[in-house]
Amino acid sequence: MAEDVIRLDIVTPAGLLMSENVAALTLPATLGSMGVLKNHAPLMTTLEIGTVKYTRNGADHYLAVHGGFAEVKDNVVIILADSAEKAEEIDVSRAEAAKQRAEDRLKKHDADLDVLRAELALRRAMARIKTSQRA
Amino acid sequence: MANMRDIRRRIKSVTNTKKITGAMKMVSAAKLRKTQSTLVAIRPYSDKIQEVMDHLLSGGEQYDTPFLTPREEVKNTLYIVIAGDRGLCGGYNINLLRFAEEQIKAAPEGQNAMMLLIGNKAREHFRTRPQFNVMDVFSNIGDTPNVSQGKALSDYVIRKYLSGEVDEVHVVYSKFQSVLTQIPSVAQVLPIQVTAGAAEEAESAHVETDYIFEPGGKELLDVILPKYVDSSIYRLLLESKAGEHGARMTAMDSATDNASELIDKLTLALNRARQAQITTEITEIVSGAAALE
Repeated sequence: MAEDVIRLDIVTPAGLLMSENVAALTLPATLGSMGVLKNHAPLMTTLEIGTVKYTRNGADHYLAVHGGFAEVKDNVVIILADSAEKAEEIDVSRAEAAKQRAEDRLKKHDADLDVLRAELALRRAMARIKTSQRA
Repeated sequence: MANMRDIRRRIKSVTNTKKITGAMKMVSAAKLRKTQSTLVAIRPYSDKIQEVMDHLLSGGEQYDTPFLTPREEVKNTLYIVIAGDRGLCGGYNINLLRFAEEQIKAAPEGQNAMMLLIGNKAREHFRTRPQFNVMDVFSNIGDTPNVSQGKALSDYVIRKYLSGEVDEVHVVYSKFQSVLTQIPSVAQVLPIQVTAGAAEEAESAHVETDYIFEPGGKELLDVILPKYVDSSIYRLLLESKAGEHGARMTAMDSATDNASELIDKLTLALNRARQAQITTEITEIVSGAAALE
């Protein structure tokens, strides 16, 4: 079992969500899903709306992150996100409702529809649902 | 001699006022604490954004993005004026609004200064002053602004800026010096001004680590710069709100003190009046008895 040597900090405007030592993690980077193991080269990447997976004490944990970016340096990973939630804290019924709402809005095609916003809302809701299913 | 009944009535009314101001002070203190803790919570986030931004910009590469490049001709400037929704906070609102007026009057000739007003007090103030050009009003901020309110505000501003409607954006806010002092200040949020000191610091950090940028420096900047604007605007909003609560707390504190002082004075007057009445009564009895002898 790999040692938990990478410090993972997740920072949102609402404060520091978590700061834990992990063995490995997977990020939803813009250019595709990306794994980080110890002694990774320094890197900065933008993130998509998606799921962060990390391994701690040999067990996998999941987080939903909503956009932002990550910095990897000296075995410290800092994720800056607009918001983030641990899988066990996700309110699935709320996410389902948000998904339904966003889908309805996209289907209706009103003249004043903010397509980008509705799509983002849909993607956030789907990321939440997916993340909670994996936990 | 003041009527005793009148004095009693006044004492009662001042006592009631004192209770109200005392309660308002406590409420403001609680709100202040809440706002301050939000300010503390956002700090790691905004510090980190600043750090990454400095880092990207010190890399020696020139990025061409409207967020950073000043417009050649500044025709329209936007001033975001952050005032409170309610009064009873001393000179907080009026000092800020006067400062905002001065700022706009001091703008160079030929520049069109527009305002985005936040808070009912700002709206009321400028409604009676048609010589100032108000672009829009946001008045549903409440007592402790949350992230999405800050985001809505900065989205609006960024849209106006990118569409070319305005060439510069400044924020007129109250700098939170302490609970007792708030200083009206102005800060430029767009285009983003990179401080020389921070860039230098980042330069030295840059020598140590050579980052891989994914997808690329430009794309990262495109993500980070709007977030930087978001977090600066949100921070200024919070700081102003903290100042408002601080100012209200101070104002209510001195109002409570004044009420106590007034009650003491009135009680003294009441006692004097009572004694005077007793003295008069005794004198009457004694002189009555003397007349009988």
